[in-house]
Amino acid sequence: MAMIALRREGRRFAAPLISNPINPLRSSLASSECAFTCLPPNKIAYVIREQVVLGVRSISTQIVRNRMKSVRNIQKITKAMKMVAASKLRAIQTRAENSRGLWQPFTALLGDTPSVDVKKNVIVTISSDKGLCGGINSTSVKISRGLHKINSGPEKESKYVILGEKAKAQLVRDSKKDIELSITELQKNPLNYTQVAVLADDILKNVEYDALRIVFNKFHSVVQFVPTTSTVLSPEVMFNAVLENACSEQGARMSAMDSSSRNAGDMLDRLTLTYNRTRQATITTELIEIISGASALEG
Amino acid sequence: MLRQTPRFLLGRASAAATRWIRPFSTDLPSETGGDSKFIDSWKKTIPNIDPPKTPSAYMKPRPPTPSTIPSKLTVNLVLPYDSVLSAKEVDMVIVPASTGQMGVLPGHVATIAELKPGIFSVHEGNDVTKYFLSGGFAFVHANSVADIIAIEAIPVDRIDPNLVQKGLSEFQQKLSSASTDVEKAEAQIGVDVHSALNAALTG
Repeated sequence: MAMIALRREGRRFAAPLISNPINPLRSSLASSECAFTCLPPNKIAYVIREQVVLGVRSISTQIVRNRMKSVRNIQKITKAMKMVAASKLRAIQTRAENSRGLWQPFTALLGDTPSVDVKKNVIVTISSDKGLCGGINSTSVKISRGLHKINSGPEKESKYVILGEKAKAQLVRDSKKDIELSITELQKNPLNYTQVAVLADDILKNVEYDALRIVFNKFHSVVQFVPTTSTVLSPEVMFNAVLENACSEQGARMSAMDSSSRNAGDMLDRLTLTYNRTRQATITTELIEIISGASALEG
Repeated sequence: MLRQTPRFLLGRASAAATRWIRPFSTDLPSETGGDSKFIDSWKKTIPNIDPPKTPSAYMKPRPPTPSTIPSKLTVNLVLPYDSVLSAKEVDMVIVPASTGQMGVLPGHVATIAELKPGIFSVHEGNDVTKYFLSGGFAFVHANSVADIIAIEAIPVDRIDPNLVQKGLSEFQQKLSSASTDVEKAEAQIGVDVHSALNAALTG
């Protein structure tokens, strides 16, 4: 009895050796093998018999099949997210492009002075509330940290004003004491001028500063965004900055989701190959068994 | 011309004494390279990340103040959702400044004016285009460029006079029945805008 069971088990162990070398199940099988060797022989038989009852034969293909199912689901989700980002991008891109005239008079009048050296510096970091959008948030955080590093010393200090959940999550870890104000859920409603004007007013009233730098990602194309720092805080400049950043966010999300659906597709292809090979190997082994059994009876 | 004289004198004086960190704001920089001091300090402190760009890098450089007065005025009328006029060359504009109507011709002195709700007209030869502005700012630069920033701008011929009359009477009623300061202020703004609209249509 135990012999039969062991033979069966041996066949199971041999199966992955027949199939392709990049079997993702190798590790799980190896661990179960190890578990068996630790047990006394009569226990092994017991464990094996129980697993046979539960359909242990198809366990390898079953795991691959489950994995394939979950990868397919992930791919569906990322594809849907890409579609959503694409449609949102189209809406926000026209608005961002139309608002580009708005800040130019201010920059023409006041110019850019990123090197201004004053005592109280405030860095307004604009980021997104939601993740899965590539590197735009970490870019603005990195640039903000850089500005903070340049503008802090024994006689000067820099504070952060944060827009968006993601930059807050990153900056809270190491510079919690420097965060003066953080505003989230900016994009719950579609961005409009009034809302941003109120927000800019809020910052101007509640934050003490000598110089203020806005850090945002300027939208160039779906795959390209340029970290930018502006030194004028007026509602108009802020409005454009927020729109540009939202536009970059959607663009970055779109390309990130595109590449992850492609990766999921690749993974699915590999898993399908593994699954088919394993299945074929099982069928072949079973056929060999039947044929050799039949020929043994004849002989 | 006389308007050039102070600039000329100041330019001489400043060149001799110190370099201006920023030139006069009305005297626009003709080329906009990045701020080299900032880029240097950034590269020294954070060598592995590129320094961020500044908005002026994305802007078409404004022309320098010419020595003779040009024949045309360059106008930009910008709104949060649109650029109505973008570097349009016109003969004259009249802006509704809070201190009264202000005509801007080429070679106007540099001015910043607050705008009240009213008519903004663009004169181009014999053509006159009229817009109703909801208020904003006008920056007139010495190089015959005028930037008008408004929240709303609508061509006057698209305004319905009946709705204006209706809105005016509505807000007047609200003003008389307002109890709190906020309500009163809101109603006052409504009355102001609608009477400006009314004046624009009738006047």
